[in-house]
Amino acid sequence: MTDQALGQAQPQRINLLKVLGPAHVWALGVGIVLVGEFMGWNFSVGKGGAFGSLIACWVIGLLYTCVAMIDSEVTSTVAAAGGQYAQAKHTIGPLMAFNVGLYLVMAYTMLEAADALVTGDLIAIAAAQFGHPGLDPRPFVVLTIALLALLNYRGVFMTLSVNFVITAAAFTSIVILFIGVQPWNPGAVLQHQGLLTDLPYGWIGVLAAFQFGIWYYLGIEGTCQAAEEVRSAGRALPLGTMSGIITLLIAASLTWYITTGLIPWEYLGQDLAPLYTASTLTGSTVLHVFLFVGTIFSAVASANGCINDASRAWFSMGRDRYMPVWFGAVHPRYRTPFRAILFLIPIAVSFAFTGLLDQVITFSILSGLLGYTFMPINMHKFRKKWPLGSIRRGYVHPWHPLPAIVLLSLCTATYFAVFLGYGVQLLAMIGFYIVVSLWFAFHRYKYVRRGDQFTMPWPRPLGY
Amino acid sequence: MDIWDIASYAAWIASGLILLWMVADAIKVNRDFDESLLMSSQEGIDELLEDPAAAGRPGREG
Repeated sequence: MTDQALGQAQPQRINLLKVLGPAHVWALGVGIVLVGEFMGWNFSVGKGGAFGSLIACWVIGLLYTCVAMIDSEVTSTVAAAGGQYAQAKHTIGPLMAFNVGLYLVMAYTMLEAADALVTGDLIAIAAAQFGHPGLDPRPFVVLTIALLALLNYRGVFMTLSVNFVITAAAFTSIVILFIGVQPWNPGAVLQHQGLLTDLPYGWIGVLAAFQFGIWYYLGIEGTCQAAEEVRSAGRALPLGTMSGIITLLIAASLTWYITTGLIPWEYLGQDLAPLYTASTLTGSTVLHVFLFVGTIFSAVASANGCINDASRAWFSMGRDRYMPVWFGAVHPRYRTPFRAILFLIPIAVSFAFTGLLDQVITFSILSGLLGYTFMPINMHKFRKKWPLGSIRRGYVHPWHPLPAIVLLSLCTATYFAVFLGYGVQLLAMIGFYIVVSLWFAFHRYKYVRRGDQFTMPWPRPLGY
Repeated sequence: MDIWDIASYAAWIASGLILLWMVADAIKVNRDFDESLLMSSQEGIDELLEDPAAAGRPGREG
């Protein structure tokens, strides 16, 4: 189909293409997250020791399982780009929707910048190992962002098909390393008996480890952004999201098991790329190469998924006039939100060029955490306004309201953990969102068409 | 100048070309297509949600 042909045909309406299946949704969710198994999670070991990190891994895993269950139910019904933003618009109201949309854009754009930084740094490390120390990573950071933006610009099907391949390859590299360290033969390679210790900083250390336990799973909620582009939201989103969180729980447990059996916790807690380090400690060149490739693939897959998600959230906010309506355009040939993709490129490059990886990723995590806090409130309102049986749902999550209560409780504990480590950043970020909320309420909201906000063909909510 | 220096320059050039292509394509699309068509997408369309009563609902304007 050519531009000219489309121009002559003068179609009435162009929408995002509905071409994705459950595997693409899995690739989007797991692709964004898997880099967190290759790096970042291990700072939880520095806070709480190896067992403290394992507790954080499973407790935060429970938090994200609740996120996946709640998201699966609501998103299988709200088939709209923007994910949680579109949910908030329908269940709570414009101010919450604006904030949630902004959390999403900030979380994903900053994560994209961090991923590109990691890719550039890994290429610089490879250059150093081949006799060229001090290579400037910036051209490779920009190239990573530019190439992935191009992929996203030209179509969602190819974007997420590529993500499926490289995410599966990265996950396979973890499984290969697990097999390579001979878990059936304790003491041969893995030295858990000698390396595992009691909790070095007690239970407060375990609590402090929660903030880094988020790295194991941060971004799985991004599957919701595909809601407008899946062939069947009711089937693909729950299937992709739930299989995604299962994959991540397995990957996180394998990662913890491999690395804590090879690296003393004092070193593991500071390592930049623990799975890669673990592969070098095995002495196997094959594992070394596999894990280097796996680490790069995981970072690229994450950046790719983040571009997809940030652009959908921004596009969706533009379409609803929460942001300038100009961003709500769809490319007539590729059927992608091309203006949103283009607009976010210089922002991601700017964040990446600061070089402040820890600050960028902290802001991303905090934005994500604010988004998770919204979800239990969203779930409560959703079930209250549209009880079971009142609208068709692709998936109904069990034991409501228990997952929402557990999620809210774990979010509260994680806020405390974040405050222990990044109190200033937490307060600064909350201040930022208060300021932009005031801007929205007193300036931007007058441009929003209130009658257009409710787009789902649902019955009137209960009590209205 | 070794292979890594050449790769750095190549990365800058490739990035520039990719970004230029996207900007040029976006400008071409803006010029060739009516803005109301580009802004005409509508959320909330899914077979799970299809409802005969809602089928005749007017779409939103850009």
